[in-house]
Amino acid sequence: MKRLLLAALICSAFLSAAAQDVRIRVPYTRFVLPNGLNVILHQDRSTPTVAVNIYYLVGSGREKPGRTGFAHLFEHIMFEGSKNVPEGMFDRWLEAAGGNNNGSTNTDRTNYYETVPSNALELALFLESDRMGFLLDAMSPAKVDGQRDVVKNERRQSYENRPYGMAYLTLFEQLYPKAHPYSWPTIGSMADLTAASYEDVVNFFKDWYVPNNAVLAIAGDIDIEQTKKSVEKWFAGIPRGRNIPPIDPVAAYLESEKRLVMEDNVQLPRLYMTWHAPGVFTGMDATNDIMASVLAGGKNSRLYKRLVYDLQVAQDVSAYNYSMRLGSIFIIEVTARSGHTLQEIEKLVQEEIDRIKRENPAEREVQRAVNQYEASFLARLESVENKADQFNNYFQFTGNPDFFNEDLYRYKAVDADDITAAAKTFLHNDKRVVLSIVPKGKKDLAATYTQEVIKQ
Amino acid sequence: MKRFQSTVVLICLVYLVSSHWSLGVAQQPDRSKPPELGPPPSLTLPAIQHLKLSNGLKVVLMEKHQVPLVQVNLLVNAGTAMDPAGQRGLASMTAAMMQEGAGNRDALAFADAVDFLGANISVNAGMHTTTVSLFTPLSKLDSALALFADAALRPKFPAEELERNRIERLTTLLQWHDEPRVVGSTLFNNVLFGKDHPYGPPTMGNETAIRAFSIADLKKFHSTYFHPNNATLIVVGDVTAKTILPKLNALFGKWKAGKVESKTWPTAKQVEARKLYLVDKPGAAQSVIRIGRIGVARTTEDYYPIVVMNTILGGSFTSRLNNNLREEHGYAYGAGSRFNFLPLPGSFLASSDVQTDVTDKALTEFMKELTNISNISDDELTRAKNYVALSYPSDFQSVGEIAGRLGDLVIYNLPDTYFNNYTNNILAVTKDDVVRVAKKYVDPEKIAIVVVGDMSKVESGIRALNLGPIEKLTIEEVLGSKPVLGKM
Repeated sequence: MKRLLLAALICSAFLSAAAQDVRIRVPYTRFVLPNGLNVILHQDRSTPTVAVNIYYLVGSGREKPGRTGFAHLFEHIMFEGSKNVPEGMFDRWLEAAGGNNNGSTNTDRTNYYETVPSNALELALFLESDRMGFLLDAMSPAKVDGQRDVVKNERRQSYENRPYGMAYLTLFEQLYPKAHPYSWPTIGSMADLTAASYEDVVNFFKDWYVPNNAVLAIAGDIDIEQTKKSVEKWFAGIPRGRNIPPIDPVAAYLESEKRLVMEDNVQLPRLYMTWHAPGVFTGMDATNDIMASVLAGGKNSRLYKRLVYDLQVAQDVSAYNYSMRLGSIFIIEVTARSGHTLQEIEKLVQEEIDRIKRENPAEREVQRAVNQYEASFLARLESVENKADQFNNYFQFTGNPDFFNEDLYRYKAVDADDITAAAKTFLHNDKRVVLSIVPKGKKDLAATYTQEVIKQ
Repeated sequence: MKRFQSTVVLICLVYLVSSHWSLGVAQQPDRSKPPELGPPPSLTLPAIQHLKLSNGLKVVLMEKHQVPLVQVNLLVNAGTAMDPAGQRGLASMTAAMMQEGAGNRDALAFADAVDFLGANISVNAGMHTTTVSLFTPLSKLDSALALFADAALRPKFPAEELERNRIERLTTLLQWHDEPRVVGSTLFNNVLFGKDHPYGPPTMGNETAIRAFSIADLKKFHSTYFHPNNATLIVVGDVTAKTILPKLNALFGKWKAGKVESKTWPTAKQVEARKLYLVDKPGAAQSVIRIGRIGVARTTEDYYPIVVMNTILGGSFTSRLNNNLREEHGYAYGAGSRFNFLPLPGSFLASSDVQTDVTDKALTEFMKELTNISNISDDELTRAKNYVALSYPSDFQSVGEIAGRLGDLVIYNLPDTYFNNYTNNILAVTKDDVVRVAKKYVDPEKIAIVVVGDMSKVESGIRALNLGPIEKLTIEEVLGSKPVLGKM
């Protein structure tokens, strides 16, 4: 009780707004255990809650052809018990302590997280350290089979049984050369999920799930010194693994424009236009975020206003810059209204792309987008879960957990000239993938295409 | 409970031992059992402040100073349950149109002003409450509040924006034909509540209603319900009563009271016999399963036991439904259940999306779990209670979350002690309570079962289960025929 009242007086993350110069302060402690595990601690006693978040720096980008979807299948297996945690008890023990947990996998990393009442931090550390240190002692082919079925249903639910659900699987495949690790989807193919073996699990764990390939962030109602000791206690005995080899990707580029069509069980046709863009936190990554907002963020954005608001030929438009380590993808997506073709839609989108290359956007358009990003930084400081994840994300890509201000200034520094330059540099008319998804039997609604993709 | 109380002494020991680590000798932790935990922390929120504006408009304020953000929600007792007969969707359309220009700004100018602040203003029609909400950095509070007041009190309702929204919504109705989950939920609510109950038909309304709304209808709905004596302001964030009240008084203090008729609704007829409803979705990779009956109103005295019982049945990852359908059988990515708590009795729903070729087997497992829920173990009971009670504080982190929770206090007239007592009220639930509410509210003989999937592959298996009479419907029969929209 007392502790909470005191805690309310401490501002653990705030902005000091001196004149125009806004600085985000999120104090943290960082240390590295002798086995290479990076640890980031942050105290925030607003609620009696602790967020534990661990990144293993391996995602689908480290998979091999023929074993696609493995990093994500492995994520599922991590919840099935370890040497001292019988199958099913990971979740049962956490729930019995009032904890929630989950995990996620993308191209570049796999993360695992728990939110627990502050008295249950030790439990979360015990569970995370046990699966980091002793997963294989409890692994069996039957566990792999069980999660294989679950993951196949995840694929059905999230992609196959969803309208337009196969679009991104197709786009990634077409944007990248076959040997590039982003050419296959994180969810994997059904055939590869079937082929994944128990031996694959053992090798993947030994190669990647080692303390020197992980970063652990703990944010919330903690005592820093005590937590430091707890982390040492649970994690220090886990042996360091092999040195992680640098990723050596084949170059990602398009030699020409690809124009595709796919039929799906949908009522309305949808157009996807996609380009390669610089990787996360490199080059003009933030500029591309702002450009996406100028194009399709809000009613006054260029594509929304023209296609949805003024001409009413589209039901929705979106544009975004999907940032990844080895390179990002810039995407424009438009759903046509009844009675309108994607040829018509593409012509209008192209006019807007030409315009943003030709003339600078107005100062207000850029500032409006920057202001929205600035507010989103504040929103991300509200929960301990978000802060823990943000620390790890910054660490993963920049080596600096406290990249909050640097990140914010990437956006604040963008001006109208940058947008025009980015559009000219990245939105090439002759190096992109244009995909039309159309209702069955309605290929006449598609934008011009040279190749048909059959939905599997 | 017990497990935690007995361990206070142990935790102190750990502290003593840990002081030796500065010598650099890493102690091997005891992994033979999960670590003993100290007593769980309790939730003590800042005070709930009840204030009033000069015209009597109630204000509920919670100060939260960690991040310079402010959330302001205006709750108005006017939801989709207040749609006039034959005008289903009017509350929803009114809410949408309140974002299409207000004060002296048209739709585009209004959106530009809000976006430029980095703020967010939205209007949503719930079943019984329309919420106008504002999320803004503290530094933009004054400008954002003025826009918020314009949207709430002075929407312009421009005719051309109504036409835009009409076409957008008709197109959405058309797109629903692609979504097996929307088809399943729509049919489930239709079957449970019927077309004359506010929880029955989709809140957006059907094609006929959407085509018929006039500007006069919207203005009438707004002027009927939007009065200070029919509303409450909720404020959470980096402000104090002293700083926020003058601002609110300036913007809302002159808002005129009005007479608001109270409304009553027909009682929905409970499901009296098990019946199946099958909808064909050729080629579907999964079958959408929606099972349930009418539950109970939020104000029920059985609230806490139901929350615990549902947690065991399908309200957490280790719940029986998820454990059975996902972990044991691998039929689905997930399965669960919920009681839809509303001012009137809402639905009790158990659901999953299952792989097509195991649809019949999955239904058998659902039936098994719905039947067995009146038989629970001590271990399950303790786990479920702790899970709900002890994770509760983590729901009070963002200004938006807290404002939403305070909204429940207002809508359901709950006491100010509700949050701080929630944990103890959950922990006080007994096994007898859980068994009693399981028997009372989960009756596997009296349920509706909806399946949307590829009938060429699943129908014969479902029929062979002999679960009850079967009614087959097409997607068009569930959603209505596809709106015909062409070049306007």
